[in-house]
Amino acid sequence: MKKMRYILRKEFKQIFRDPAILRLIFIMPAIQLLILPFAADYEIQNVNIGIVDHDRSTYARELVRKIEFSNYFNLKGYSNSQKVAMQWIEEDVVDLFIEIPADFEAKLVREDEATLLMAVNATNGTKGNLGAAYANNIIGEFNRHVRSEWIQWPAFNPEPQIDVVHSQWYNVHSNYQRFMVPGILAVLLTMVGGFLSALNIVKEKEIGTIEQLNVSPIKKHQFILGKLIPFWLLGFVVLTIGLAISYFVHEIVPEANIGVLYVFGGVYLFAILGFGLMISNFTETQQQAMMVAFFFMLIFILMSGLYTPIESMPPWAQFVAWINPVTYIVDVTRIVLLKGGTFADIRFHFVVITLGGLVLNALAVWSYRKRS
Amino acid sequence: MKQFWAFVKKEWYHISRDYRTLLVLFGMPIVQILIFGYALSNEVKNTRIAILDFAGDSYSKELSDKIEASRYFETITYLRSINDIDRSLRSGEVKMVVIFPNNFTQQLEHQHASQLQLITDGSNPNLSATLINYINAITRDFQTHDINELSLPYTINVQTRMMYNPQLLGAFTFVPGVIALVLMLICTMMTSVSIVKEKELGNMEILLVSPMHPLAVVFSKAVPYIGLSIGILSITLLLSVFLLGVPISGSIILLYLVSLVFIISALALGLLISTITNSQQVAMMISLMGLMLPTMMFSGFMFPIESMPLPLQWISNVVPAKWYFYSIQSIMIKGLGIDAILQEFLILSAFAIFFLILSVRNFKVRMA
Repeated sequence: MKKMRYILRKEFKQIFRDPAILRLIFIMPAIQLLILPFAADYEIQNVNIGIVDHDRSTYARELVRKIEFSNYFNLKGYSNSQKVAMQWIEEDVVDLFIEIPADFEAKLVREDEATLLMAVNATNGTKGNLGAAYANNIIGEFNRHVRSEWIQWPAFNPEPQIDVVHSQWYNVHSNYQRFMVPGILAVLLTMVGGFLSALNIVKEKEIGTIEQLNVSPIKKHQFILGKLIPFWLLGFVVLTIGLAISYFVHEIVPEANIGVLYVFGGVYLFAILGFGLMISNFTETQQQAMMVAFFFMLIFILMSGLYTPIESMPPWAQFVAWINPVTYIVDVTRIVLLKGGTFADIRFHFVVITLGGLVLNALAVWSYRKRS
Repeated sequence: MKQFWAFVKKEWYHISRDYRTLLVLFGMPIVQILIFGYALSNEVKNTRIAILDFAGDSYSKELSDKIEASRYFETITYLRSINDIDRSLRSGEVKMVVIFPNNFTQQLEHQHASQLQLITDGSNPNLSATLINYINAITRDFQTHDINELSLPYTINVQTRMMYNPQLLGAFTFVPGVIALVLMLICTMMTSVSIVKEKELGNMEILLVSPMHPLAVVFSKAVPYIGLSIGILSITLLLSVFLLGVPISGSIILLYLVSLVFIISALALGLLISTITNSQQVAMMISLMGLMLPTMMFSGFMFPIESMPLPLQWISNVVPAKWYFYSIQSIMIKGLGIDAILQEFLILSAFAIFFLILSVRNFKVRMA
């Protein structure tokens, strides 16, 4: 026990005398939580649109006006030549253009049917898709408006109608930041736990001070605990700073007992520290450790359901997602912070991460060798 | 010159004999291309939903079947009471609950109006909006085809053409993004760390007292990374073309030329970082926080720049990766020539020159 105290004192001194690490611990959450949620906004607004109008009829003009005054679009060009419009797309002036054929109004009124052409720059798949969907919505609305001008609906609805009403729970205002912030917080914990602990041990190897530790009477588990505990505590500091930022800046008021998050965070940090330890056992230099840690971190983060839903992955990728620790922490932070989940809701996550942590740490202790 | 190449050779041995790092360097773009190409998609499908059917009559059953048959949804439970809704949404078991009110069929037949209620897990607003849209579409289809069987007058049809990317593949956006990210990683992070490492281990003293000009010592460290970057760029391009089917519509020479300018500017940044720090950990952190993160965020490959707040849009202009991303996207996917990306090319060159000058001026011949 006494030995343990000395080891811990050494580790804490090492950390607190390195201004770089301290800065990292305070600046990283700040930058990520202050800037990233604003940047990581998938909500797509202000799609630039162009119109090629060969018709110039009343209806055509009405449609153009409708598009112009919608919230989604910026009308960036109006022309009567398709060639010009293609140029707009090429130069990224517009994201899509709608072409109104010359006989649009005449056909609509006489033949009951008219066709519009829409060309979308789909280089960015999501944006193209959404832009087209918005445009279709507006055209659909315009269509209903046209119909209502021509048809006198009787007071009693002739055709059966199903009215779909919806309510969105947990995020009534559809705020995308509310969705991103808990996820980013989870990633932050992972980076502190995985990266820093791996680098810390490898540095001792690279500089050669590990020799001294290896010839000391410290036991294997004492050495490893000495390395784990400081970063485990730092993880809680980062979690607290992160929660404070999300409370004060993003106005995310935790819906449930925040203690659940701390308990789970503790178990999660334990698991991810074990992972960092493994990396440090299998690498020799800080450069190697950094590259390996970065490699896994990137895979973990991409496959965690942070940015894209896990359900839309193919089966093999879903399997990877469910053995990926980051998936669980991202899920739990969202459940607790946004949905007011209690311990009962995260039981499964808790068990998986506890078992995973035990396995990872057992492997780490086992693979650590006291000789070089 | 011979001396210079001897130094380059030394540096090359450093890199090629560290097989772990090398493995990661080559593995990273390959794994990323595979993940982005085969695992991630923003498309919504097989979403787990629950149905709460108070009606239990013919139309409600028909419509539930129709919802379940679509590839977007997978009904996993039938709930029994309102109290179950919160529990199943909260634990993330389902993303949406569809509620059929009492007398669904009866109301539809007699009053010609009925209601379908949806409760979604709104924590992911985009997913929730998409689910509502899908249900709307299915219901509309059900209404016109299964109940009414009529066609409406005065219909406007829309013919949509998805240009450059008819199948709406995400690969068209992320391949240029992955290339920018990996080049940044190799050039900036690896270069700065490998120079600082010499400082940290004390070898820099020896190198600086060699007969070579100190600046040449540092430049010789950068040269192997140019080769490495070009090699990894080529592998990434080959994978994207042959595995993912992303076209290179424009000139390959132009593609490599723009990439070379970007590589030089990234290397210069790496040199600059190495002149201001003495510790590997600090160099890594600056590269990671100051460069990798902005590259991911502001190059436009993960998040649309247009929907960012204005100050962030201004910041994005000083991120070289943004201009690089835009140019290679234009060359590869739109097949545009030099005249279309001249502005981006000049901006990138200006960055390269600026960073080079800055790092040379900052370089100290003496150790502190």
